[in-house]
Amino acid sequence: MNKTVKSVLIWAFVGVMLAFMYLPIIILIVYSFTDAKALGVWSGFSMELYVNLFTDSEILSALGNSMILAASSATLATILGTTAAVGIFYLRKWKKTAADFIANITMENAEIVTGVAFMMFFLAINLGYGWPALIIAHTMITVPYVILSVTPRLNQINPNLYEAGLDLGASPIRSLVTVVIPQLLPGMISGFIMAFTLSLDDFIISKFINGGVETIPIYLYNALAKRGADPTLRALSSVLFIAVLTVLIVMNVVSAKRKKQAAKAV
Amino acid sequence: MAKLDSSAVLENGAPPPEGKVKKRKMRGIKRTAFSVPYLALSIIFVVIPLFIMLYYAFTDLDGNFSFANFAHFFSRPNIMKVMGRSFLVALITTVLCFLLAYPLALALSSSTLNRNAILVMLFILPMWINSLLRTYAMKIVLNILEVTNPWVAVTTGMVYDFFPFMLMPLYSILSGMDKNVLEASQDLGASPIRTLFTVKLPLSLPGIVSGVLMVFMPTVSTFAISDILGNTDTYLFGNVIDQWFRNSGGWHIGSAYSFILLVLIAVTVLIANKVTKGRTEVGGVL
Repeated sequence: MNKTVKSVLIWAFVGVMLAFMYLPIIILIVYSFTDAKALGVWSGFSMELYVNLFTDSEILSALGNSMILAASSATLATILGTTAAVGIFYLRKWKKTAADFIANITMENAEIVTGVAFMMFFLAINLGYGWPALIIAHTMITVPYVILSVTPRLNQINPNLYEAGLDLGASPIRSLVTVVIPQLLPGMISGFIMAFTLSLDDFIISKFINGGVETIPIYLYNALAKRGADPTLRALSSVLFIAVLTVLIVMNVVSAKRKKQAAKAV
Repeated sequence: MAKLDSSAVLENGAPPPEGKVKKRKMRGIKRTAFSVPYLALSIIFVVIPLFIMLYYAFTDLDGNFSFANFAHFFSRPNIMKVMGRSFLVALITTVLCFLLAYPLALALSSSTLNRNAILVMLFILPMWINSLLRTYAMKIVLNILEVTNPWVAVTTGMVYDFFPFMLMPLYSILSGMDKNVLEASQDLGASPIRTLFTVKLPLSLPGIVSGVLMVFMPTVSTFAISDILGNTDTYLFGNVIDQWFRNSGGWHIGSAYSFILLVLIAVTVLIANKVTKGRTEVGGVL
């Protein structure tokens, strides 16, 4: 095949796929600027949906709840996941197999099964549903992802440094915090971001244990599952799309730049 | 009494009790001990809930041991039909995702695009956007295109939602593939098509397996996409489980259904692990 023909074909295919991924999002954003009740109907330009959005106290409180939940569970998951990654990394034989198995349960299980199991468990221990249940559940389901992003860093660091810390008189905790943690920081940060995003994203597990606490995904699901969803959702979705995409693109560009600088420094 | 208690704790692998023992132990504490808090919490908050689910699955409303909940599943052709449909929809979604993602992964890792980081990022990013939002965006498109068939709508929504999860592992394995192997294939006279089917595809098997798992698993148990894009005909297995848990009288049957799903998932994961393991060894020899 001719080389130019080949590259034109490749670009065309990639273009079509990009359109498939992003056209729905663009169309949604376009339709957020009209206040027609029905989906896909244009009734003239209007900012009304955005006015509704920023005056809707239910949406604003759901947004606040989502942020608090994501921040607190991601913090707990990062602490727990980093210590667990260090511990599991040095386990051997059957203990390692068992630990890996336990850490894999929530990742490989269907979310709905994890969700209903939490639901029955929190009732059985009399904790009930709501904030404590949400924070515990979100922490437990995101720890494995923190472990996944910290473990590769452990492969790169000198295993004797922790013991050197102990030999020089530091307590195990101090050795961990001042010697090991700083070297794991990049992995911890990406683990934190992953945990934060996963928590923001989750609604299947939250749905079963939220006990009336509304997060953004719960709000979205409740609103969407009802027929003839509230048009304000279009404005909310557009804002969320833009916010998430901006954060992700900035993060990726920054980390790409850092990698380049690091490469230059070497 | 106190002494007895503390030794019991020690046996369970928990931190040693206060006092002299602690000081001595702390000095020699092993790094592996750092895994204890998470593993202990996991046993409490992840493993025990699954056992509670098992308890519900194997008891009736009065708490007596019973297989009735499982008999309920196997005696209702309707439910079996829903289960079969869920697997079929998940299978079609997975195949469609693969047929779209593999050529795209080839294109992105080809010399023409030269692993263009921005393009790759654009395709992977939607993975991090809430799937409800993406489903909603797809709903508008389907409304505009006047797609009325609920099955087409649900399948399109699923392909759209899970496509990045198929693309990511395929791209990472194709872009990391040893160029020498591909060149060797060319040098030995294989056509590009033949290289694709006899070298690239077999070598990308681990990526294919993890892509298939990442798409198939969530689609077989999802209930949100069919809630939003479908109607009552498109009830999937996830919807059925969800329904049973809406009132506490249904927990026993719901648990049995969840358990069946759990077993199916475990079997799939085991098979997938077997397949990739065998292949990676072959790849290693290559």
